[in-house]
Amino acid sequence: MILEAIILTVITAATPLVVAALGELVTERSGVLNLGVEGMMIMGAVGAFAVAQMTGNPYLGLLAGIAVGALFSLLFGFLTLTLVTNQVATGLALTILGLGASGMIGETWVGVPGIKLQAIYIPGLSDIPVIGPILFHQDIVFYLSIALLIGVNWFLFRSRTGLMLRAIGDNHGSAHALGIDVLRVRYLSVMFGGACAGLAGAQLSLVYTPQWVEDMSAGRGWIALALVVFSSWRPWRVLAGGYLFGAVTIGQLHTQALGVNVPSQFLSALPYAATVVVLVLISRNRRTTLINTPASLGKPFVPDR
Amino acid sequence: MRKIALALAATAATLIGTAAIAQAADKAKICFIYVGSKTDGGYSEGHDRGRQELEKALGDKIETAYLEKVPEGPDAERAIERMARSGCSLVFTTSFGFMDATIKVAQKFPKVKFEHATGFKSAENVGTYNARFYEGRYIQGVIAAKMSKTGVAGYIASFPIPEVVMGINAFVLGAQSVNPDFKIKVVWANTWADPGKEADAAKALADQGVDILTQHTDTTAPMQVAAERGIHAFGQASDMIAAGPKTQLTAIVDTWGAYYIKRTQALLDGTWKSEQIWDGLKDGILTMAPYTNMPDDVKKLAEETEAKIKSGELHPFTGPVKKQDGSEWLKAGEKSDDGTLLGMNFYVAGVDDKLPQ
Repeated sequence: MILEAIILTVITAATPLVVAALGELVTERSGVLNLGVEGMMIMGAVGAFAVAQMTGNPYLGLLAGIAVGALFSLLFGFLTLTLVTNQVATGLALTILGLGASGMIGETWVGVPGIKLQAIYIPGLSDIPVIGPILFHQDIVFYLSIALLIGVNWFLFRSRTGLMLRAIGDNHGSAHALGIDVLRVRYLSVMFGGACAGLAGAQLSLVYTPQWVEDMSAGRGWIALALVVFSSWRPWRVLAGGYLFGAVTIGQLHTQALGVNVPSQFLSALPYAATVVVLVLISRNRRTTLINTPASLGKPFVPDR
Repeated sequence: MRKIALALAATAATLIGTAAIAQAADKAKICFIYVGSKTDGGYSEGHDRGRQELEKALGDKIETAYLEKVPEGPDAERAIERMARSGCSLVFTTSFGFMDATIKVAQKFPKVKFEHATGFKSAENVGTYNARFYEGRYIQGVIAAKMSKTGVAGYIASFPIPEVVMGINAFVLGAQSVNPDFKIKVVWANTWADPGKEADAAKALADQGVDILTQHTDTTAPMQVAAERGIHAFGQASDMIAAGPKTQLTAIVDTWGAYYIKRTQALLDGTWKSEQIWDGLKDGILTMAPYTNMPDDVKKLAEETEAKIKSGELHPFTGPVKKQDGSEWLKAGEKSDDGTLLGMNFYVAGVDDKLPQ
């Protein structure tokens, strides 16, 4: 079943993008722009790999990836929220720092065969033809990504705290005047974004390609960032965008392997182009896009009293 | 009194300075510039292995220094100049993209010797060196054709530059020497090292029925995928047997060490001069990892092929060879000249892919 095989490959490729993008979406909805996704992701990847190697348990590795991502984002939070540095510059610095530091930490792990986080076998369900292997025989990160999607969607649009978070993202001055602790909520949402990026990184070094290679995130953090903007800050569209990107990426590799006469450079650029075009098209209603854009995104906030 | 103390201090400082210089002059400084990190598991690591071997062999007469992760661009010139200024006697610039920067810096430092890997520009004090990796790929093609049940191998390629195209052609010619109908599927990953993308390409190829994978990208991700799928694969640049103990058939291993020792010795002897060197298997600049996971007769054939290439009896690019479009490239018995290989921009017949231009 070649289609089944393709879908399985697409899921593995799309999961880290969706997970990292959902985390960044929550961060940005609270009005903070963190361009450090790539750096947090690679730190999560190296942390997860190292702990999995030291303990022999990939699940501990996964937890370590999440923790490292969250801790690393705390550095960004302290700089931008407490010291009120420029968010764009600080985020970029976080990415550069993460890429460098992870290379240094990971030096001893290069070339060491990784420990793969195995798919979970569910008796009965996993054996259903076609949909069994796709939906019920996956690794835990895939299930977490779906849970995250539903959870984030519910939290942002159905819970009181989510409403508060969006209010802060739209107008931190008013939210502050209402007595909401803007900095506390923002700290937490930055850390949530970091944890998700760390989880995405752990997926890279434990599921996608169980190994450690320097710079192995290879720009996936930037793609996640772009997905958030082009999906106009809506969780379901992040999922759609992530899977579309994955599908076109894998599709173009299959097209090449089939020997179809299309220039490979064009095919390599196709995932980016297709994702942007489709997400721009579905987000073309200016009014709803404006409503969903966090109005205070990237603006510094200093509580006046 | 104070003046005397100052004068004494100055003299002492000068003496120490001279001593330091004298010591540096005793030991020649040999420098390396890498495009990647020295632990990239592939190309730059290969060069660093060579540097370490050099240090082991001639450590009492020389010292080494290196700069890693130097981007190919304006930064390269500054990095090379920094090396030249810091007292290096011989600088190895190990990536194709350092070519123009090396030439430029070499003009400013005529007393310093330079060697540039894989390039084609040289000068009085700039030599070039490269390895005939295609010899290893030909052997891999022979093995692939023997081992494959489907008669189709997958080839994960990086960028359409002559070095990579040459490798694909050599692989196909090797395979066709065993099975004239052998086919390969080429996927261009457009990256040197992105484990995710390399794994995706490997999965796509495996899903389309290839049972042998070969790669011209740097990470072990394709080897891991091959191991998972229970098919065979070839390693690249380093021995990748750890990633696929039951998967790897052999690997092309970059072994620059012997070359670095030879050239440094020439420098110490005062016999170094600018040369254009393109060494092969016989010179030990590349070696084949042990032939594993194959029956004895295939192993024997591989070893024989390797021996024939080393002795010069077999040149992988020997006619009759047709280009992909059916026109004649090499007449029967004719061998390709090095110039054509170094600028290779066409496929030979039997490659089922359109070459990106």
